[in-house]
Order: sequence, then structure tokens, then C-alpha cells
Amino acid sequence: MATLTFKGGVHPYDGKDLSKDKSIVPYMPKGDLIYPLSQHIGAPASPTVAKGDRVLVGQKIAEAGGFVSSPVYASVSGTVKAIEPHFVSTGAKVNSIVVENDGLYEEAPGLSIKPFDQMTKEDILGVIRESGVVGMGGAGFPTHVKLSPKEPDKIDYVLVNCAECEPYLTSDYRIMLERPEKVVGGLKVVLELFGSAQGCICIEDNKPEAIKILQKECEGESRIQVKVLKTKYPQGAERMLIHAVTGRDLNSGMLPADLGCVVDNCDTITSIYDAVILGKPLTSRIVTISGDAIANPGNFECRMGTNVAELIEAAGGFKTQEKKVISGGPMMGFAMFDLEVPTTKTTSAITCLANDAVSESPTTACINCGRCVTACDEGLIPARLSQFAEKFDLESFQKWHGMECVECGCCSYACPAKRPLAQMIKNVRRMVMANRKK
Amino acid sequence: MGDLRKVSSSPHIRDKVTSANIMRDVVIALLPASLFGVYHFGMKALLLILITIATCVATEYIYEKLMHKPITVGDYSAVVTGLLLSLNLPVGATWWMAVLGGIFAILIVKQLFGGLGQNFMNPALGARCFLLISFAGRMTNFAYDTFTGATPLAVLREGGTVDTLQMVIGNTAGTIGETSVIAILIGAAYMLYRGVINIRIPGTYLVTFLVFILLFGGHGLDGSYLLAQLAGGGLMLGAWFMATDYVTSPITTTGQIVYGVVLGVLTGIFRCFGASAEGVSYAIIFSNLLVPLIEKYTVPMAFGLVKEKGDKK
Repeated sequence: MATLTFKGGVHPYDGKDLSKDKSIVPYMPKGDLIYPLSQHIGAPASPTVAKGDRVLVGQKIAEAGGFVSSPVYASVSGTVKAIEPHFVSTGAKVNSIVVENDGLYEEAPGLSIKPFDQMTKEDILGVIRESGVVGMGGAGFPTHVKLSPKEPDKIDYVLVNCAECEPYLTSDYRIMLERPEKVVGGLKVVLELFGSAQGCICIEDNKPEAIKILQKECEGESRIQVKVLKTKYPQGAERMLIHAVTGRDLNSGMLPADLGCVVDNCDTITSIYDAVILGKPLTSRIVTISGDAIANPGNFECRMGTNVAELIEAAGGFKTQEKKVISGGPMMGFAMFDLEVPTTKTTSAITCLANDAVSESPTTACINCGRCVTACDEGLIPARLSQFAEKFDLESFQKWHGMECVECGCCSYACPAKRPLAQMIKNVRRMVMANRKK
Repeated sequence: MGDLRKVSSSPHIRDKVTSANIMRDVVIALLPASLFGVYHFGMKALLLILITIATCVATEYIYEKLMHKPITVGDYSAVVTGLLLSLNLPVGATWWMAVLGGIFAILIVKQLFGGLGQNFMNPALGARCFLLISFAGRMTNFAYDTFTGATPLAVLREGGTVDTLQMVIGNTAGTIGETSVIAILIGAAYMLYRGVINIRIPGTYLVTFLVFILLFGGHGLDGSYLLAQLAGGGLMLGAWFMATDYVTSPITTTGQIVYGVVLGVLTGIFRCFGASAEGVSYAIIFSNLLVPLIEKYTVPMAFGLVKEKGDKK
């Protein structure tokens, strides 16, 4: 069998050795917890509690603000201190519910669920919607929306994205090692929605242990198989994953469902299992705290809303002066200026670097070497696109297919002149999108 | 807290390769040809090489200093230009020709158009053609030591025979760096290995040229004639080191193939039907001018996009 992969991409130092052998440790937050009302794509959630209310673990504190939206649950018991705008890891200020933790972890009753074999498709989707599960790989797209395509019978692939191609991240890897039954169980729940679909658990070949464990877990499952992918960034990008496994090519004008595919991240799938089978709403996720500035890198089961600075302390704090702290991995994560921000449904990692390659590599003139072209998985010419971007030449930018960029960052990584190609392209994409909305 | 944390747009890591690394690799790749040139043509060749490089670097430094621009001599690109230009000079060139060529390459062709990455033609070849036009006699006089001075290609043109083995080794008349095919191929192999260049441009260039000569060279399938055409003149040096110049070649994959074909055809035309036995330099600088046009018509389809029928953009 040919190795499953895609054209382009890069091989950055992956840093996974720092935390890949560290078991998941539950972390009990000490300080206040902050629940942003917008942790997903779509309408913000609307609070169902008021200042001074007492809340319990697993109690719904904000209702979905529409179909494309998602509710928010408390992850500790305590008192609502305030509902006010708060900084999140992307640097934006988002209206948030602040809860003072009483340290009792008193639990609210779970979601009302029927036994799985008595559930209809509508029941399953209803529970997923109610549980607050969103795409936990980073995008935060409400999962129930993704699982409600127009023609569910045309879906023939359900892909679980366990590629985890971002450097330093090991949260999905640990889930696969420690909770493989939840990965397979969650996938079975989703397969129940799509009668003609094949389930694929997609793992990069740098995780042989995880592949072995999941292959064992899938034994006897006729509709589920493990797909081994070549290790290369960005294998975990939705388009690249679909291409590698199914050979189908997605462009910016399509949704995976148009090609008969549904893609869900590893942690999302386990959260679906927790919700539908165990009746537990989404209140925690696995977060990797890693990077060369961290004393004891590790993987934490982190209650949503936990303060990032607190989590870093839990990982032993900084062993050297940190130059850059990133929410997510170094390829697509957000650099944070302030650590007093909460972890959210989409915080897969906190990467702390002792050196900042960006500010330490001065930008020089483009020498037209074409390394960005080789690296681009979308078949674009980033060097030209960035030149159009510098001139705000939106027309040429679109003619050269600039809107197809997925912002994976390979071009900036590969550029020997250290030009911020991805950043320039991103800016202009935003401008074009804003113009289209007008 | 000490220092503030850095904030920037993703990605936050960068590959180790820098422009200076790449240029340094090109210099290393040119060493075999340069050393052979010095061995073959003597100390005069070394002197010319050093003078040309020094002039190029100095010109870049002085220009940037006067214009209050950041000094970029550390990126090795002026060294590459100087070295390439000197390898394209006959050993009989004078020191002031080397100086003049170096200034022309850096000042006129490179800096006046905006410096690194902005030049529309290869600076070394631009300067060579400038010298060729200005000092035709000196630039085409390849006589030295015991050699009469006729290059193998000139001999071929007159209907004479040449020793192809000596041409491959480099034991013939020609410019300082172009004679030894072996030395050039060692450098080319190094660049391919290091990922500095890829095979697309030189590959299509050489194949197209070979086909052209086969069809129009008038010698048909004559192995030693074809080999002599491949090994002779500046073709090897040009195809591997100058046609592959990043700045003056297309960045699109299809464009690179088109560019190679154009180069092959032009070189063939110049050699078969032109006034001179040589034609690589002019073919390359002429093709350099076509690059924007080639790129315009070879914009690749992006991933997942399908060209619709009758879709004219």
C-alpha cells in the first residue's frame, strides 16, 4: 500500500519527545475560572446565570445563541463573580462568565440521555448539540452542525483526525494511548449517523505506539480501520487529510461533506463519546504544556476556563526566560502577550519557547528561490501572493488563487529570506473576505 | 517579569536555511570549476577571479553606503556574481575589464534596479555581454600558452574535428570556468544534493538543445558531434549555474519547464544559425526578459480547483 500523504509541506523540529511519554494528569484549578461566551465559530452563547448565582460542575451556564453556536458548561462549583469582557488567547476581548471556584467540585446531574441502542439519529445529534462539543482541533466549529449535512446518506467517510502534525503537541497522542476505547467508541457514535460511511482513524507514522493500540482496539470492527499517514506538516489540515486518505480534493468553495467526508479531531471524538454514552457535557480537555522554556512539560486534563498562567505553574513553570508563549503549536498557534487568559474548548496546547525565531531572523529581500512554492500544500505561489499583498493588489491576489490559502504557515517556515509570507497573505485574505461581505 | 514576551503572527518557527547559506552553497559548487580554471590557465586566472569578486563586493558596499541602504555584502550574492562573471572571462582579459565588468554587473544590472531580487537579468551575464560588445576582440581571444586560441566550437564550425574527451576534462580553450565539464558537473551535483537547484531548468534546457541540434545541426545522429556541442562553450556552466539563477528564472513549476525549452531553442538557433559559434549567454539574458511573460501564463491551478471548460480568466 502506498503511503498516504500529500504534495508540499515541511518537516519542522517536532519537539514531541518533551511530553510524549508524560501521562495525562488531571489538574484542579485554584483561582477563578473564566468562560468566554465565544469559544466556537458562530453566534456567541447567552448566559443563563447571573452574578451571585451558585453553579455546579457540569451545569449549563450559557445557552447556544442559535443553530451555529454552542452552550457553555461550568467546570467547577462556585459562585458567579461577574459577567464581563475578558482577554482570550487570540488577543481579543470576549464577554465571559467569571466563576469563583469553591474547591468542592460539587457535580450537577449530567445530560439526560437514553441508552445508546434506543437513541434515534435526532437524539444523538440533540445530545451532541446540548453537550457543547465543538471542533477541538482549533477551529471550534460546532460539531452538531458538522454532523448535520444536507445529505447524510452521501457521507461515505468519517475521518478521525489524529495526525497531530503540529510540533510539540502530544495531547491527541496521549488520548490514543490512554483512552483508545473512547476514540473508537466516539467514532461508532458518529458512524451511527451515517449508515453508508466507513470510519477511519488517521494517524501519522511517527506514532507507532498509538497505531498499534488503536489497531488492536479496532479488531473486529468491520466499519473502522486505522489509516497510517506519512509524517509531514500539515498532514492534519482538513484538506490534506481528506486528500491523503480518500484522494479527493477540497477547495475553499466546498465543505468536506460535499466530498462525502466528515472530519473530526481526536479530542472532539472522545468528547462525543463522553456526551452521548456517559451523559457528560464538555467541561474539560487535554492540553499539552510544552516547549523548551518549560521545566516539566506534560499533558494535563484541564478544566475549561483554567487560567493559563496557573497551568504553566502546574508544569513546573519556566526554567528559562520565556521569549514567546503560544496558545496552540508553533506553526498555527497564537502568540500571547498576557498569560492571564483562560483555556477554552480549542486550547490544545501552550507552547513556551526560550527563543523567538521570528524576531531573531531579520527579513531580507526575496530571492525568488521557490522554496515557498515547494512547501505550499495548496499549490500556490506564496512569493508572488505576498508581493501582491504588499501592494494591496487584491485582483491579482485572487487571480493567483490567494483565497485558497489555508494559512498553514509552511511558506513562512521555509522562506530563506525569513519573509512573513503567511502573515502578508493572511492580511489580504481578510481584506478580500471583508469586501465580499459588503 | 523581565523582558516582555514577543508577539507575532504564526508560524513562530523558521527553517534554518537562509539566503546567505544558499549563496554560500553556490560558491562552494563553483569551486571545482574555479580551481580547474586556475590549474588550467595559471595564476593570471586566479588574479582575474579575485579582482572581479573584490570589485563586485566593493561596488555593492559603496553603493549601499552612499545610498544609506542596509549593507548586504554578507549575503554572498555579490561574491557569486563576481565569481560567475570571472569564470565567464577569457584568461586574456585585462584587469580593468574585470573591474569594469564587476561594476557594470552590480551597479547597473543589480543595484539600479533595486538590488537583490529585483534585477531583471543575470548580473554576471549582463556584464559579460556588455564586455563582449564593448571589447569584442579581447573577449573572444582565447589564445594562451601553446593553444592557438580557437575554441572547440569554433573548430567544429569550421568543419574541423575535436577531441571530445579533452573537452569533457576541460583541456581546451575557452573562458576560465567553462572548459571542464567534469568540474561543473561536480558542482551541479552538489547543488542538486543540497537542494539549491532542481533539475527542471537545466534538464529541459539540455534536452531541448540536444533535440534542436539533432534536427537542425546538420550532422544528424553523430554522437561525438552532439557530445561536443553539449560539452562545448558555456552551455554546461550556463545551464547549471546561470539559467538556474533564482531571481531571473520563473518561480512556477510549469514556467521553469517552458523557460528551459525556450533556452534550449534559443541556444540552438544562435549556435546553428548565428554569427558566432557561442550563444549561451545571449540565450540566457534574452530568456531572462521573457520570465514575467512566462510566469503570467503558467499560474498553476491551486489544490482542489478544477479548470472549468471555457473558463477564461
